[in-house]
Amino acid sequence: MKMTGEQMLKQILMAATLALSPLSPGLLTAEARPRIDFNSPVIEPLPFAAPTFVDEGGAGDIAQAITQVVTADLQGTGLFAQIDPGAYISQVSGFDQPVAFADWKAINAQALIVGAVTNSGGQINVKFRLFDVFSNTEMGDGLQFGGGQGDWRRIAHKISDNIYQQITGEGPYFDSRVVFVAESGPKDARQKQLAIMDYDGAGVEYLTDASSIVLAPRFSAAGDRILYTSFESGSPQIKLMDLATRSSKSMGALQGNMTFAPRFSPDGDTVVFSLENGGNTDLYSMSLSSGQTTQLTNTPSIETAPSFSPDGSQIAFESDRSGNQQVYVMSVRGGEPTRVSSGEGRYSTPVWSPRGDLVAFTKQNGGRFHIGVMRLDGSEERLLTASYLDEGPTWSPNGRVIMFTRQSPGASGSAQLFSVDISGRALKQVPTDGAASDPTWSPLLP
Amino acid sequence: MQKFSTIALLVSALALAACNNPDRAIGGAGGAGGLGGAGGITSGALGDPNDPNSVAYFNQRIGDTVRFVVDQSTLTPEAQATLSGQAQWLNAHAGATAIIEGHADEQGTSEYNLALGARRASAVQAYLISQGVDGARLKTVSYGKERPLAVCSEESCFAQNRRAVTVIGAGAGV
Repeated sequence: MKMTGEQMLKQILMAATLALSPLSPGLLTAEARPRIDFNSPVIEPLPFAAPTFVDEGGAGDIAQAITQVVTADLQGTGLFAQIDPGAYISQVSGFDQPVAFADWKAINAQALIVGAVTNSGGQINVKFRLFDVFSNTEMGDGLQFGGGQGDWRRIAHKISDNIYQQITGEGPYFDSRVVFVAESGPKDARQKQLAIMDYDGAGVEYLTDASSIVLAPRFSAAGDRILYTSFESGSPQIKLMDLATRSSKSMGALQGNMTFAPRFSPDGDTVVFSLENGGNTDLYSMSLSSGQTTQLTNTPSIETAPSFSPDGSQIAFESDRSGNQQVYVMSVRGGEPTRVSSGEGRYSTPVWSPRGDLVAFTKQNGGRFHIGVMRLDGSEERLLTASYLDEGPTWSPNGRVIMFTRQSPGASGSAQLFSVDISGRALKQVPTDGAASDPTWSPLLP
Repeated sequence: MQKFSTIALLVSALALAACNNPDRAIGGAGGAGGLGGAGGITSGALGDPNDPNSVAYFNQRIGDTVRFVVDQSTLTPEAQATLSGQAQWLNAHAGATAIIEGHADEQGTSEYNLALGARRASAVQAYLISQGVDGARLKTVSYGKERPLAVCSEESCFAQNRRAVTVIGAGAGV
């Protein structure tokens, strides 16, 4: 993994777990534990208490900042509800002090997060434990993380990920980044530049300047490279950026007027993309190691927005061969595709879920745009959003959340990033400094 | 705007609504392009729109822009009439090159609109070639929905944005 800030990551140690608190045998049943079941038709947010992490030396503001990020991560899912700290009966003044379960029960906390931070010479150590208040016991074994002072945010996300995993049984996703297009300027002369940030909008870094239009950056599965489309040459052309060095290069000589909509294969060697020649757009793939290019479709219709299946064997894409945009699936070697979407309206920008069971898409129908998900046979379609213009879904690393672009109408309209749970809950704007579009979620950071 | 000389700019500034695109290739059709490469910049006078040999005449009197109906790249009779005029001018000015820009309105996804803009630019290119213009003088580019001409979110604006613009390269004309 060569993510930005790789040096930081290396410093983070998933240290040995802390000593186990002995459990009272037979106290717990699985049902008694704080747990969020995604299959339940109604999810009541789970009330939790997160007293400010204890400063065990030199931590200062970092202890509070970490507590706030952990709280924001959990609350932001819509699955957890923080209990107002003003209601706390007990305070936590020492990491190892006995937990006053009765006091937390009294304010109806189901989960309690206790943490502590030390900062010595710029090196921080953060530890936490998660308690099941109603069972008077600890969940898991506690964890501690070490790193540089600048790593506090990532450590907070790792703590949140651990808590989220223990309570939902789902994979983690908070410790991840998003590459996107930062926008500025008026609507008829919009300036665009590539940028990268944490999943929650923090830590923005710009990857290109605003001298050329750039579109749709896409991560490699290892998170070390980004494919995007740039107008730098005067015409849209795919470029490949190495994130560690921030250097970009063209993909190589291609016989076409315009290349766009690239995505990596899961193994990172193949790029599938659209190539336009003589006004017609088809899909091609290119091996980055050999340079070999293969034409995958050959029709007079528009084929674009290709996306690999997680196992790398198939490609989902959109085509207007039926008369309007619909989602299709074909082999990575091309050949006859199978139509996936069948509902009313237009279906576009299919993106395969990390688990492989769903495809997220943009749907345009009756003057509205939607982000939705469906199975690969087109069944169980669920529209998660509706607005003047929603487009371009991207999956969180655990396949539970979708981020997308929402553009407001009118002369002053602008694009913003939004996210929504795949059950349609927790729709919210992702904070960015200015207008933003075309998000792609990274894999989980190491 | 870098491709026009300062004096021409002053003269024709009011008439340049279709030429305010900061992402147009700076070097024009024959230039090296590339931002920051001052050596690639060429310039040429737009001239007087009353002068049939001027680029201004092409842009304003003949019309550099044709419009399309929703999701279509078929040329309307009105568009064909404009393009016939463009072809006559191009045939009379054999030194001129052009970039045909295809555009789409905002009511579509980004990728699709890039492809649709390319269809539109290509339809214009094919028509000009059918009228005798050497295809080697014509390049195409699609901006998809990236560069709307009109910024409202009503059909009145969408209609203006579904367009192809024939941009005469710097150095042509008077």
